[in-house]
Amino acid sequence: MAIRERLSGNEAVSYAIRQVNPDVMPAFPITPSTEIPQFISQYVANGQIDTIFVPVESEHSAMSASIGSEAAGARTITATSSCGLALMWEMLYVAASCRLPIVLACINRALSGPININNDHSDSMGARDAGWIQIYAENAQEAYDNYIMSFRIGEHKDVLLPVMACQDGFITSHAVDNITLLEDEKVKAFVGEYKPEKCLLNPAEALSVGPYDTVHYYMEHKKQQAVAMHNAKKVILDVAKEYEELTGRKYGFIEKYKMEDAEYAMVIIGSSAGTAKDAVDELRAQGVKAGLIKVRVYRPFPGEEIAAALKNVKAVAIMDKAESFSDIGGPLGADVRASMFGVCNNVKAINFVYGLGGRDVKVDDIKCAFGKLEEVVKTDAIPTGYQYLGVRE
Amino acid sequence: MAKENLMKDIHEKSAYADLTPGGDIYGSGNSHFFNTGEWRTATPVFVPENCKQCLLCVPVCPDSAIPVVDGKRGDFDYDHCKGCGICFKVCPFKAITFNKD
Repeated sequence: MAIRERLSGNEAVSYAIRQVNPDVMPAFPITPSTEIPQFISQYVANGQIDTIFVPVESEHSAMSASIGSEAAGARTITATSSCGLALMWEMLYVAASCRLPIVLACINRALSGPININNDHSDSMGARDAGWIQIYAENAQEAYDNYIMSFRIGEHKDVLLPVMACQDGFITSHAVDNITLLEDEKVKAFVGEYKPEKCLLNPAEALSVGPYDTVHYYMEHKKQQAVAMHNAKKVILDVAKEYEELTGRKYGFIEKYKMEDAEYAMVIIGSSAGTAKDAVDELRAQGVKAGLIKVRVYRPFPGEEIAAALKNVKAVAIMDKAESFSDIGGPLGADVRASMFGVCNNVKAINFVYGLGGRDVKVDDIKCAFGKLEEVVKTDAIPTGYQYLGVRE
Repeated sequence: MAKENLMKDIHEKSAYADLTPGGDIYGSGNSHFFNTGEWRTATPVFVPENCKQCLLCVPVCPDSAIPVVDGKRGDFDYDHCKGCGICFKVCPFKAITFNKD
């Protein structure tokens, strides 16, 4: 029997960590992810897990220690947010190129500056090209489920990539949700033992990890990473299917909400999808054929799936909780529009930047974005550039 | 140097799928198989008639380009000599010359 509980997102991930009982966790506290290393330290002190907790002196060290530990053959995790993730930057790329399936709980928070502790996606969106798989949760339940699945995805022999399991800081990480948990033994059986094919602490086989690449090798190793990221698509679905058999909860790359006959669509990531679903319901009640696509897996990017889902809509609002200062929109806007090219030729698209630095996103804000879609369809305007939603003008 | 080269099937013409994941190197002691001599722009030359076999040159070589057999140094291993000139600098007996290539 599954366990009915009420937990915050941070508590849910920590609960999952206790169940997985990973070998090593190097971490440095930063709001709003701090609770995770705090809870794990308590589990260790209580003797509930035998994870080696390494209280490192910075996030650069946290990722460096994670790389060393995972290369040694230990299942390794860490958690961070915002500037902590930024301080890991250099080593994020090394973890990916060394093909080390570290699992990082990213509790999304705005990146300085100006300094701000609240939620947006500027931290993990900035790391989108680092070679990590990125999975985003809408609520604590998804944070828990995504986290458990991350090990199986990253550690799969066809993938061998690090995984960032993301959830929205405070909104998801600190708000308490109803949640259904698995029994400890079921999680342990699902995740299994970590048995890497090669590791540094194997006395029978010498190994060097992360050597210098001359011009003759660098590009081939990048291609290997690209292939691994492509392979991850099948593995993510296979793992989700197995997880569904265990829990009854179904996961894919995207979640489609009322998209079957939708004329106006929204593409969004994270907790705001919950708000947007309410907005869709209200619009539907008013006779507007609104629908929603929640992007759960952002890397690898499910471009084909999103484009196929948008093919028959009149207009789409692509919602970015991160600036990219490209002057043409945010990162999700760029990826979705690139995926639509040649497939959704008659679909108008507006890219909105919203919710930066914890700016509240209400049902009315979402409805306002849908209103702008109706307007461009009515006037047959061609939207250019991108817009800020919920900014004082 | 009789070690087996576990990486012998990997070379500069190998396709990406034939390389180890992330460029991992299997086995140990295989830097010998990586020839760095082509980096050289100046070459030390051994002058055996001036050499007193003091072996001062051997430990200062940053690579393994001065082979020692039975306590005596031999000619340079040009596959690995990068031409840094340190051996030339430490030799007190003019037993090494150093010339631009």
